[in-house]
Amino acid sequence: MKRKKFIQVISFLILRGCAYLILAVLLLFIYDIASKGGAVISWEFLTQAPRRGMTEGGIFPAIVGTFLVTMVTAVISIPVGVFAAIYLNEYARQTRLTRIIRLSIRNLSGVPSIVYGLFGVILFVNAMKFGTSLLSAGLTLGLLTLPWTITASEEALKTVPQSFREGALALGASKWQTIRTNVLPYSFSGIITGAVLGLARAAGETAPIMFTGAAFYLPSLPHSLKDQFMALPYHLYVMATQHHSIIKVRPLAYGTALVLLMLILAINLGAYITRYRLRKIKME
Amino acid sequence: MKMEEKIKIEVRHLSFYYGSTPALKNITMKIAENKITAVIGPSGCGKSTFIRCLNRMNDILPGTRVEGEILIDGQNIYSPQVDVIELRKRVGLVFQKPNPFPKSIFDNVAYGLRINGVKNKRIIEEIVEKSLRQAALWDEVKDRLKDNAFSLSGGQQQRLCIARALAVEPKVMLFDEPCSAIDPIATAKIESLIHQLRNNYTVIIVTHNMQQAARVSDYTAFLMLGELIEYDKTEKIFTNPSHRLTEDYITGRFG
Amino acid sequence: MQILQKKKITRFKESLIQTFFMTNATLAVMILVGIFILLAWSAIPAFKEINFVKFMTGVNWDPTSPVKEEYGILSMVVSTFMVTFGALVIAIPIGIGVAAYLSDVAQPRTREIIKPVVEILAGIPSVVVGFLGIVLFGPLIAHLFHLPNGLNALNGSVLLAIMALPTIISISEDSLKAVPRSYQEASLALGASRWETLVRIKIPAALSGIIASIMLGMGRAIGETMTVLMATGNASAFPHGFLSSIRTMTATIAIELGEVPYFTTHYYALFGVGLVLFIITFLVNLSADLILHRYQEREQ
Repeated sequence: MKRKKFIQVISFLILRGCAYLILAVLLLFIYDIASKGGAVISWEFLTQAPRRGMTEGGIFPAIVGTFLVTMVTAVISIPVGVFAAIYLNEYARQTRLTRIIRLSIRNLSGVPSIVYGLFGVILFVNAMKFGTSLLSAGLTLGLLTLPWTITASEEALKTVPQSFREGALALGASKWQTIRTNVLPYSFSGIITGAVLGLARAAGETAPIMFTGAAFYLPSLPHSLKDQFMALPYHLYVMATQHHSIIKVRPLAYGTALVLLMLILAINLGAYITRYRLRKIKME
Repeated sequence: MKMEEKIKIEVRHLSFYYGSTPALKNITMKIAENKITAVIGPSGCGKSTFIRCLNRMNDILPGTRVEGEILIDGQNIYSPQVDVIELRKRVGLVFQKPNPFPKSIFDNVAYGLRINGVKNKRIIEEIVEKSLRQAALWDEVKDRLKDNAFSLSGGQQQRLCIARALAVEPKVMLFDEPCSAIDPIATAKIESLIHQLRNNYTVIIVTHNMQQAARVSDYTAFLMLGELIEYDKTEKIFTNPSHRLTEDYITGRFG
Repeated sequence: MQILQKKKITRFKESLIQTFFMTNATLAVMILVGIFILLAWSAIPAFKEINFVKFMTGVNWDPTSPVKEEYGILSMVVSTFMVTFGALVIAIPIGIGVAAYLSDVAQPRTREIIKPVVEILAGIPSVVVGFLGIVLFGPLIAHLFHLPNGLNALNGSVLLAIMALPTIISISEDSLKAVPRSYQEASLALGASRWETLVRIKIPAALSGIIASIMLGMGRAIGETMTVLMATGNASAFPHGFLSSIRTMTATIAIELGEVPYFTTHYYALFGVGLVLFIITFLVNLSADLILHRYQEREQ
């Protein structure tokens, strides 16, 4: 008996150690980026364009570019994702087609981001002649985000108890009425949260936009969907690896990393707070 | 058994299969209008499956098959021309576990009306009150119709679900073991309101509680392993059953 | 009682709505198939010039050599698997450990801290992780092993482990939580300790989910681009150890696609690499699926 207890204590301690290891790694990351990046962040850094080959100035166009391409991504992936999830969870029967669809979705979420980039080059940049642009990059990111949106939306739909649906059907509601009045309203917060979290991931992606629209330095902000754009992740990449004076711009790279992280953190927080608030309203 | 009353529902050679497994075997019976018919039998005998055939709720289960006919007012509800949505407005179902929607008490009862396109506020309010009175719940909730349905007790929630089903003004009311998840005091209230319903509705109630069947119903059907063993006036089933199996079940020799 | 005939309009409207939703769903299949087709279509011209066997088994990737162009992808394939293997060695024990910790050991308040930590870690973009590989782990590795710089397979493995961990942790934790309470209670009622219940009952019961999580983590590692691009050194020779600089398939594509002239053999060959990469990750994910299904069938 005592031996059992002893083994348990040690084992649980090891498990606890694993958890704290992860915590430590995260804290290390945050500390490094926050301290070295924080030194560089200033109002000018955030609102000005880069100067002198990026050795001075700010990253404003990259912030704008990231924001814009994420918007395009949202327009593509959120509606399609939600609709696909509605079909899968509310309508689909256990047929071979349904299995193939689900398999495809799971598989798509594992496709490497660079492969999406290649696909985007072939389809959007070349075949559809959109060229390297916000549109091409946004569409590519949209495809990348789609499996996530579908899965998250389906999870949200699943949380609605089956009794809501059965109760509505038993009262003579049609399938779509049931979904519209008894399923969607109660899964709405989950769907939105999932969608926004997907966008947060899209905002940090580099490989899909590297060859479909992102550029390191542009003289002006994009005016239309056909323009190229600057983006935070790509900016960071170039600053960290290809710049002609890497060491000199390292602090600026840190700053870019910090801004990117804070942006993603803000989006995540926003999603969670919104979900919390929406849930509270539902309960009352 | 010869039935003198008017027939509301006629079940003809009804068989039901989950995949290749039969759950109901060749059931034939006539259900009287404006009377309460109880369906009893041991667990797994097919009572719930049977009652869910009457409003085609089983349609939503994949891989199932129906043979035979169910005629309501002479119309076979399984015929391809029948709109199952309209059917469910005429045949209401109260589930075993109370399942109010996460809306207000008022909105729960009004739900069926709203999806049918009823928009007039006064009509909705009238029907909601009438339904809640029929479900013996009005006095308890009339001052808090805007409260969330989940603030009610289990027995109250079930009565709310009954009111909700009644609001659609069906002709037939199905109850699938409505009191199995409810405490005895609330059960008594529900039994008494079901008893009142027979004036205006044809009621079919599935129950595993024999005393309940004896208290509440006019006719009783005894099912076992998917077959209809005996069907007669309640009084006769419980005092002088014709079938040996029925007698054994009633007297508790198996259950 | 009059049961009305099917209202033709509502029937039509309902089936139209259903078809609409179904189209959105089948889009997923079309995209997957589309990726394969377009990649293959773009890669085919390369194989007019390049011998396919040499492509798959050749060790030298040197498309820009003035002397002799070579298109062997073996080195980069091995590099990819090497760095993935290293990542899994680190991530599997830690990942399952944290998952078990969250599901069975942690107090609610600690869970409230660690779970967000995992999610935040998952949300760090790969380019930032790669950046940290350059500025944090690189110097550390260089110092520990007395190397000129720390950009090598080891660095990549550590970083990929960090990226795969959230996947492994969250899916494993979900699997552990999904184990019915009745199993746990039965085990405890028989006198087993919580640890024994975890190891003998819960983990085996959740095994399919755990394995699936590992394979998904593996798929992530294989397909990672930015992290390895920034932290592994990108020497395109055949790797000789974890401390050597390596270049993965993903890195090769990312580096060369921007510079290669359009529509040359080199250009098409890069799509060939992309196709191989796609096929590998497709197979890994497919296997994960099959494992899940077979296990679930057995359970039933």
